[in-house]
Amino acid sequence: MASAFEYAPAPESRSVVDIAPSYGLFIDGEFTEAAGGKVFKTVSPSTEEVLSEIAQAGAEDVDRAVRAARGAFGKWSALPGSERAKYLFRIARIIQERSRELAVLETLDNGKPIKETRDADLPLVAAHFFYYAGWADKLGHAGFGADPQPLGVAGQVIPWNFPLLMLAWKIAPALATGNTVVLKPAETTPLSALFFADICRQAGLPKGVVNILPGYGDTGAALVAHPDVNKVAFTGSTAVGKEIARTVAGTRKKLTLELGGKGANIVFDDAPVDQAVEGIVNGIFFNQGQVCCAGSRLLVQESIQEELLESLKRRLSTLRLGDPLDKNTDIGAINSEEQLTRITSLVEQGEAEGAERWSPACELPESGYWFAPTLFTNVTQAHRIARDEIFGPVLSVLTFRTPDEAVAKANNTQYGLSAGIWTEKGSRILAVANKLRAGVVWSNTFNKFDPTSPFGGYKESGFGREGGRHGLEAYLDV
Amino acid sequence: MSDRLTVLKTYKLYVGGKFPRSESGRVYEVTDAKGRWLANAPLSSRKDARDAVVAARKAFGAWSGATAYNRGQVLYRVAEMLEGRRDQFVREVADAEGLSKSRSAAVVDATIDRWVWYAGWTDKIAQVVGGGNPVAGPFFNLSSPEPTGVVAVLAPQESSFLGLVSVLAPVIATGNTAVVVASEKSPLPALSLAEVLATSDVPGGVVNVLSGRTAEIATPLASHQDVNAIDLAGADEELAKDLEIAAADNLKRVLRPQPVDYAETPGIDRMTAFLETKTVWHPTGSLGASGSSY
Repeated sequence: MASAFEYAPAPESRSVVDIAPSYGLFIDGEFTEAAGGKVFKTVSPSTEEVLSEIAQAGAEDVDRAVRAARGAFGKWSALPGSERAKYLFRIARIIQERSRELAVLETLDNGKPIKETRDADLPLVAAHFFYYAGWADKLGHAGFGADPQPLGVAGQVIPWNFPLLMLAWKIAPALATGNTVVLKPAETTPLSALFFADICRQAGLPKGVVNILPGYGDTGAALVAHPDVNKVAFTGSTAVGKEIARTVAGTRKKLTLELGGKGANIVFDDAPVDQAVEGIVNGIFFNQGQVCCAGSRLLVQESIQEELLESLKRRLSTLRLGDPLDKNTDIGAINSEEQLTRITSLVEQGEAEGAERWSPACELPESGYWFAPTLFTNVTQAHRIARDEIFGPVLSVLTFRTPDEAVAKANNTQYGLSAGIWTEKGSRILAVANKLRAGVVWSNTFNKFDPTSPFGGYKESGFGREGGRHGLEAYLDV
Repeated sequence: MSDRLTVLKTYKLYVGGKFPRSESGRVYEVTDAKGRWLANAPLSSRKDARDAVVAARKAFGAWSGATAYNRGQVLYRVAEMLEGRRDQFVREVADAEGLSKSRSAAVVDATIDRWVWYAGWTDKIAQVVGGGNPVAGPFFNLSSPEPTGVVAVLAPQESSFLGLVSVLAPVIATGNTAVVVASEKSPLPALSLAEVLATSDVPGGVVNVLSGRTAEIATPLASHQDVNAIDLAGADEELAKDLEIAAADNLKRVLRPQPVDYAETPGIDRMTAFLETKTVWHPTGSLGASGSSY
């Protein structure tokens, strides 16, 4: 990529991680073949290199895993909370110990920069287990009654954008509250969940408390529909979330959904421009924009549009795209060919509908799945690139004149997950934050996460919260 | 008793602060527990349901934006008005549910007390379920509950007044607006409650009351794209499943039917079912080696 600064390659060593040529399903404390004998390959999105061959769970395996989880539930839920806590503290510590290995693994399997897995994903994963560990023996103080009870077997389906972090968001609160779990990682990123199975072994976690079933959408559908699952937690697309809501209709299964978004990042004329530009870049190019809470719509006050876009373009020209294992890389690979196709098609539609496309000069590697940071101007609210979640490094820029107009445009979406506000005026922050229909509002910052901070959506971005005291509710019989 | 013929009341719907008949012009016969005629209640259509949603949406901004203290005062005013109409409700509930005068009086008293209970919640729920989060970084981080929006409420079929208020009050206490489908068999207490609401300080549209066939009215509400949530208390198992499937289309928050003893003091779960959690972050700045960054 053209840049004022040339950097020598600084790759993180791959030798810290040992990926086996094949992995089984993790059921009842053992790795096992899929009943149907099916396997699939997981590739490194930055090189298309095959990393490993993974057993693919079918309906029979789902049944076996749910039975294992049910079998483990009685003892696990009857443990004193203080004992469950210690298992989770152990897991948190082992994750910290193995965090470099897991960061490299995640970068290989997902394609995101090592800078992010090392500095964001892994510290948050460990912190999440550490946080919920402490809740396990304090549930009577959480505001859900004196003795809230676990639900039973939790069926959890997670996405590929933050594989291990989404696992942590699902498994930590489930175990702390005394549930047992069957978790399906995404088909493009199964490895870190399988490494987590090994962490469970090291921690001495009782067999059957955590079961990992790699597979595709049909595996997830079988898990969600299994009659002996008491709780369903899903993070992923809004379309699949709706299908899951239909599947569990009429049952007693408790459901939480964390779905898509089309977050508005609102920049007022008095915003500190340099900080806002960093926030915009972080908002839409963090993890290649494959983030449900991405700030994918930039709403900029008309009077500063020119100045802001100039700064933004200058900043985008300095982003380094390439080898995700390189410590200087800002933009990694798109997770899969399928996702790259989706991004490409939406971007083409944006151009066809009349929006103006811009990218910095940017050389894409020859193999792997890549998409240059992209910015659209002349975007109207009716354009698909302003309405649909692209889930890629693509920013749609719209303008506004008054705060009311900014709020109206920000809320003009089926989604309601995140929003950003940039202004130096405190009362404006509070007034606008109050009116935004979104579950997380970042003011003068963006894409901040913390285990103590509840996360989740309004409207079609889903329901229920993950993180914080609020996150316990999803796994308790309350 | 004199021979004077009593003046009967025409029961009407309550939509947007007005008392229309069903746009369909239809009514159905409502009888007491012994089958004696009580009234012809409006038989609402899907168009009535849609009109009610429009009214509820229109009222949402001001009601959710009112201070919690103000909402508490308004709800308390409702209890005051109910107290004044106590005898009327005792009669209506006795007729509807086949209760003795004294049993009915106990139910009505409990209902009025329930309004008072929820009136007191409006400015406390945010402190109970919200709060500051101790994030690991220089950020102020606050989670607050906010109302979900327009909530369709299928009132319980059996408990026509205490049950109704027990599902309606928690919805509006927190700032939602409601479209209520009254008990199909016993809609009169609900339709009379509307008259109380209209003469309290509850803004028009905050509560809209429809009578008729629960399944007929609930189906368009469950699939309505501008309804944010639905309480299925008054739906049987089969209808509840169909409605939950329809509700998935825009991911409504769904409160499934469950056994409830409406005589018991409720918990906060009927409020939290229709609350969203908003979390707001802001940097706090920090004192670095080179001095202040704030």
